[in-house]
Amino acid sequence: MSHVLPFVFNFPSFSILMTLMGGMVTPFIRNGRVAQKINFGIITVVGVMNAILFGTLIAQGGDGTYTYMMGHFPAPWGNELRAGPLEAFLATCFCLVMALSILGGLKDIYEDVRPKKQYLYFLMMNLLLASLLALIYTNDLFNAYVFIEINTIAACAIVMIKSSGETTVATIRYFIMSCIGSGLFLFATSMLYNITGELLMSSIQEKVIAIYQNGDYAIPLTIIIGMMVCAVAIKSAVWPFHSWLPNAHGSSTSSSSAILSGLVLKGYLILLMKLCYRMYTPQIMSELRINDVIIVFGIAGMIIGSIKALKEHHIKRMIAYSSVAQIGYIFMGIGLGTDIGMMAAFYHMLAHAFTKPMLFLAAGSLVHRAGHKYEIKALKGSARENPLAGIAFTVGSLSMIGIPCFAGFVPKVFFSTAAFQCGDWWRLTIVLIALAVSTVLNALYYLPACVHIWSPKKEEVVHHGHADAHGHDAHGHEEAITEHAPEAMEVHEEHEHPKRPLGISFIASMVIFIASNFALGLAFTPISEILKIGVSLLG
Amino acid sequence: MTNNPNPENKKTDQKLSPIRMLNKWVNGEELPMEEKDFELHLDMKETNHPVLTVRDRARKFRKVYVVFSICICVALISIMMIATIQMPPFGEVDVPTNNEVSEKYIEDGLTDTGSANIVAGMILDYRAFDTLGESTVLFIAVNAVIILLKRDPDNPDLSEEAQDRREELIAQSKPNVILKIMASVLIPFILLYGAYVVLNGHISPGGGFSGGAIMGGALILFASSYGFKKVSTFFNFKTFTGITSTALLVYACSKAYSFFTGANHLESFIPKGIPGAILSGGLILPLNICVGMIVACTMYGFYSLFSRGDI
Amino acid sequence: MWDFIMNHYYEIAAVILFGIGFMNLLVQRNLIKKLIGLNIMDTAIYLFLAARGFVFGRIAPVPQDLTNLSAETFINPIPSGLVLTGIVVSVSTTAFGLALALKLYRRYRTLNLDEILVLSKKEREDKKQ
Repeated sequence: MSHVLPFVFNFPSFSILMTLMGGMVTPFIRNGRVAQKINFGIITVVGVMNAILFGTLIAQGGDGTYTYMMGHFPAPWGNELRAGPLEAFLATCFCLVMALSILGGLKDIYEDVRPKKQYLYFLMMNLLLASLLALIYTNDLFNAYVFIEINTIAACAIVMIKSSGETTVATIRYFIMSCIGSGLFLFATSMLYNITGELLMSSIQEKVIAIYQNGDYAIPLTIIIGMMVCAVAIKSAVWPFHSWLPNAHGSSTSSSSAILSGLVLKGYLILLMKLCYRMYTPQIMSELRINDVIIVFGIAGMIIGSIKALKEHHIKRMIAYSSVAQIGYIFMGIGLGTDIGMMAAFYHMLAHAFTKPMLFLAAGSLVHRAGHKYEIKALKGSARENPLAGIAFTVGSLSMIGIPCFAGFVPKVFFSTAAFQCGDWWRLTIVLIALAVSTVLNALYYLPACVHIWSPKKEEVVHHGHADAHGHDAHGHEEAITEHAPEAMEVHEEHEHPKRPLGISFIASMVIFIASNFALGLAFTPISEILKIGVSLLG
Repeated sequence: MTNNPNPENKKTDQKLSPIRMLNKWVNGEELPMEEKDFELHLDMKETNHPVLTVRDRARKFRKVYVVFSICICVALISIMMIATIQMPPFGEVDVPTNNEVSEKYIEDGLTDTGSANIVAGMILDYRAFDTLGESTVLFIAVNAVIILLKRDPDNPDLSEEAQDRREELIAQSKPNVILKIMASVLIPFILLYGAYVVLNGHISPGGGFSGGAIMGGALILFASSYGFKKVSTFFNFKTFTGITSTALLVYACSKAYSFFTGANHLESFIPKGIPGAILSGGLILPLNICVGMIVACTMYGFYSLFSRGDI
Repeated sequence: MWDFIMNHYYEIAAVILFGIGFMNLLVQRNLIKKLIGLNIMDTAIYLFLAARGFVFGRIAPVPQDLTNLSAETFINPIPSGLVLTGIVVSVSTTAFGLALALKLYRRYRTLNLDEILVLSKKEREDKKQ
């Protein structure tokens, strides 16, 4: 047996290390634009590498995962990565979404972040991508904890880099909630280590099955997975723990919002899916009744997130609350406990990852066009001046509502299929009712926003000018106390109403986002096949 | 606009009981008596601080919130206690954790890694990916602190000016001879000890993290006794980023080499050395040095960024 | 029950400390106290890990006599390694949290999170006018 792996199989480890090193090189550069080019190059190379890996794995029949040891020692002793077609596919999609989100919000980044600190933004982006890739590929529980911490600090940093009071307050709330989550996760990990003696997910699964059949540690097993689910729920903002999300996502610069809701939340959910499939088997999960808890959290999140979004007038906060609802869908899919439910959860994750960043970026562009007014009413007519962003916003809204042909529709069909297969009549009823109610609620808040942005603008010039003068006065005082270059600039621009031309990067990113949205909505057969294979190999 | 946002500040000259004073100090409302001279002289009149008069919803529901959180915590403690009760017995040999994994670490650790310190061998060779992540956490934290606290000369800030004044006051105050002389005596020994801990990390207790923290402590002592200006003659922001990034890059590159050779079952060219000697343990000694440099710089960097917003 | 407490007092202390830290993190209004709570919580986890790694009659895994390496002499090194990693992670998160607290203090002149929330809300409304 030849021991040398095919060279392609090194790509997961290469991509993690490359992104990490990209982050480490960035401090030497100190120039935001150069750092952005390096960051973009790294993301492209990593995306291509993962795409090649995915192609190779599919070409081999798509029925195998392999393990990759990080170091000279095999798995229970050393660290280990585990890659399969699903992981490679997700990594490719994540790279694509991240590159597009950064490109789409590039102008906002250069406007919101002070010039001397722009390179640090791209440093954080590199390390954020590294931690996401590590969470996708890792097969070791403690390793996952370490990369969760990197992810947390990087995510907090990209929120607070806008350096206004609002974002700093949002960051500290995010940070405190994240710390609670990390603490619970670490305690659960150490307890699990104590009763199984392993840190590797695959070995834990063997021990967990043995322990569960013995019946020795049934209660600790339940408590441990409960704590882990809570930790992941806090970090990915499932309903009772969502309070940090709207502030953090609603106040940061548009690229950060896009990446936070498109990717960062998904990293933890992928970890949760791995915990369900690779550490505890789905059978044990349903026998321990954890699935029921997850499904209840998910459905509550779907409904309550939508209701909160309905009440919101601030457009970015509305989109952020909608994320709470969408994460609820994914949780519900995990809680269904069947392979098809899990597949639907993955599909929804992809659909959300390709839709939510587009919504945030389009909203950011519309808001800019309307003179930095975040109220939905103030955005009247902005889409007529900025049709591309308007189209992107509309496509995103329709996709989130779940209109056929758009990405968001397919997972809803799979969710209901999974509910029918589940066999429980109460589960079926609850899931179907929740899906229907949540779809109606989604439509209730997304459609008015779409109508608002497309409807013609009324003459409000006089009133508007007055408001501007006021705003300027307040800002003038504020500048005295705090360092406020970006906001001072905003005030300046409000006065002159410059029509910032849409950059090529923004146009490209919007077009690709819209195209991939249609691709996810129309070409669902191959994608769902890939995801089905991936889910069957996850365990 | 002339309202004082913190009406309690007016009462500072009233006599307070020591416990109340301590309480206020812990709460961040007041500086301790001796440091009054160096207080941040911020003129609050310049700021148009909104006055806290509105009873916010958060305050109204405060009591409910407290009771609710206490209930959550009691529930959490009892749930975790139930899990702990059923854990394997304490201090016994036949518990699940003493399995073949830890046995191999102990029995083959020396031959596999060349390091006499089994824990160092474990974290820097067997589970090196975790430790790479851990160093990256330090790196990312210090960069996040730079985003938050590093001064931007283009955007001067009132509180930064106040800090400058405070630093000047400290510089003008009478020189603390005892501190300076003791520092000059102690710092070489602290640095030496830190270097010893780093360099012997693979054969005795210690390693990059603990040794680096000791050396960082020496730098902090130097800065606090001689002032930041002296430190910045040999250690400024450029050297800081240079050292941390280079050390981390060396770390990541050497680990990338060992991951690549390990996963592809290639022979690694790094000699293991004689067990127990200072030049042993393969990559562990250079890695410890890298980690030590990162940690020392980071510790001083945190101190410096917190106290004056620059390195 | 008494036997159990006598045998498991490290773990019980760790769980209670975790609860105390958790409660501090939730209930305290002062940001510094919240961060102290976070540190208590993390330290409790390290106590738990260190206690679970202990075995009666075995010594720390740093051998002096390199010729006799048997698994019966030394305790399990994994919990020690995990604690080491965890400590560094918690140092980093604490530094980051303190920097956030300092930034907020400089802006709002208070460390009380409730007051900060009210002030930032006011600021936002002022901006909106």
